Amino acid sequence: MQPFVLARPETLEEAARLLAEEEDVALLAGGQTLIPTMKQGLRRPAMLVSLGRCRELMGIREEEGGILVGAMTPHADVAHSPVVRRALPGLARLAGLIGDPAVRSRGTIGGSIANADPAADYPAALLALDSRIVTDRRQISAKDFFRGLFETALDPGEIVTAVHFARAKRSAYAKFRHPASGYAVVGVFLAEMTDGAPRVAVTGAAPAPFRWREAETALAAGDWRADALRDVVLDPQGLNSDPHADAAYRAHLAGVMLRRAVEELA
Amino acid sequence: MADESVAIVLTVNGRRWELAVPAQRLLVEALRDDLGLTGTHVGCDTSQCGACVVLVEGRPVKSCTMLAAEADGADVLTIEGVARADADGKTVLHPMQEAFRDCHGLQCGFCTPGMVMQAIALVETADGPLDEGDVRQALEGNLCRCTGYQNIVKAILEGARRMGRPVMASAEEAV
Repeated sequence: MQPFVLARPETLEEAARLLAEEEDVALLAGGQTLIPTMKQGLRRPAMLVSLGRCRELMGIREEEGGILVGAMTPHADVAHSPVVRRALPGLARLAGLIGDPAVRSRGTIGGSIANADPAADYPAALLALDSRIVTDRRQISAKDFFRGLFETALDPGEIVTAVHFARAKRSAYAKFRHPASGYAVVGVFLAEMTDGAPRVAVTGAAPAPFRWREAETALAAGDWRADALRDVVLDPQGLNSDPHADAAYRAHLAGVMLRRAVEELA
Repeated sequence: MADESVAIVLTVNGRRWELAVPAQRLLVEALRDDLGLTGTHVGCDTSQCGACVVLVEGRPVKSCTMLAAEADGADVLTIEGVARADADGKTVLHPMQEAFRDCHGLQCGFCTPGMVMQAIALVETADGPLDEGDVRQALEGNLCRCTGYQNIVKAILEGARRMGRPVMASAEEAV
């Protein structure tokens, strides 16, 4: 890896100051994407600002209307959190399906969403559960946050500090895992919100995660059985195509994952 | 810029080390090159194979994908630290190491340190009884290029038993 200067601020304020003052600087969260990317020479920042010492960015707590997950909370903590397991079992399950156990020890929710990999898992949950992304400057609704391939609404130097998830009556996540990378070829997050409204969000299928309105409309009719969703078909137009899965296959997988999620709903 | 070093303190296998490392120094490099603990292996160096898995604060991490500086202040356990000395100073293998030996859970042995560390983490953090499916899922990020998974899974279930963790019998073990 090319040499760089490492800053290890203890507060968010100090981290923000460094980001504002320094040229060519990158934020280091869990490093599970950034470090491999730097090893390959695809990113060569002159300075890394590690958030590892900012205690204020860690932890999970219940709050008005939902759950707040600190940006530096590792996936393993979300997967094992009694609070998350009780309130949003689908979110706990999703976190437990990211990467592998060692990746889940280090990788964080803030790092994952700021990176906005189109095949990442969390974006599906954020969109389905009306999440608000809290930064050091403002709150951004999930629907405005994910803009495209590795593109978010974050301004330069803006730091994700936490993610707020709305409560749901029931939630589930089903994912067709890429067998080598563990990323979602297609992942579907399904929730029944406290007012009974169905939410379906899809990741991996397109350049950015999206709500699947046709699936929501079908569920709103009240039949939450997998068989009742056989006719819900995702339009392959605009979906990702790569050597692993073309657009038509991804559209097909979305239907399968939707039905699996309905069966898992808890 | 290259001479910009970071002062860190690591507790590795119970022994405290004070090191000055370049910022880009990976944890696995600090373990192998600075401390001479070459039991932790580098297989792919791209966070996929798991040969470099060590425990940091009890959690499995890929030490090729963590900066040494990020482990500052942490307790690190490597394969060299899992065996114990008995009253006569004789080395007593960790139950998981013994299970790997007894079940023939290693062929060339290159992936074994990472497998053993991942297995210990699995058993120590499990919520309830373990079965074959749990073990296979826990090995998602550990590759054995000899493809000796059958006996690795068998060894981990046996190691779990010897560590006092309830294990659900499976068809796998009847083979």
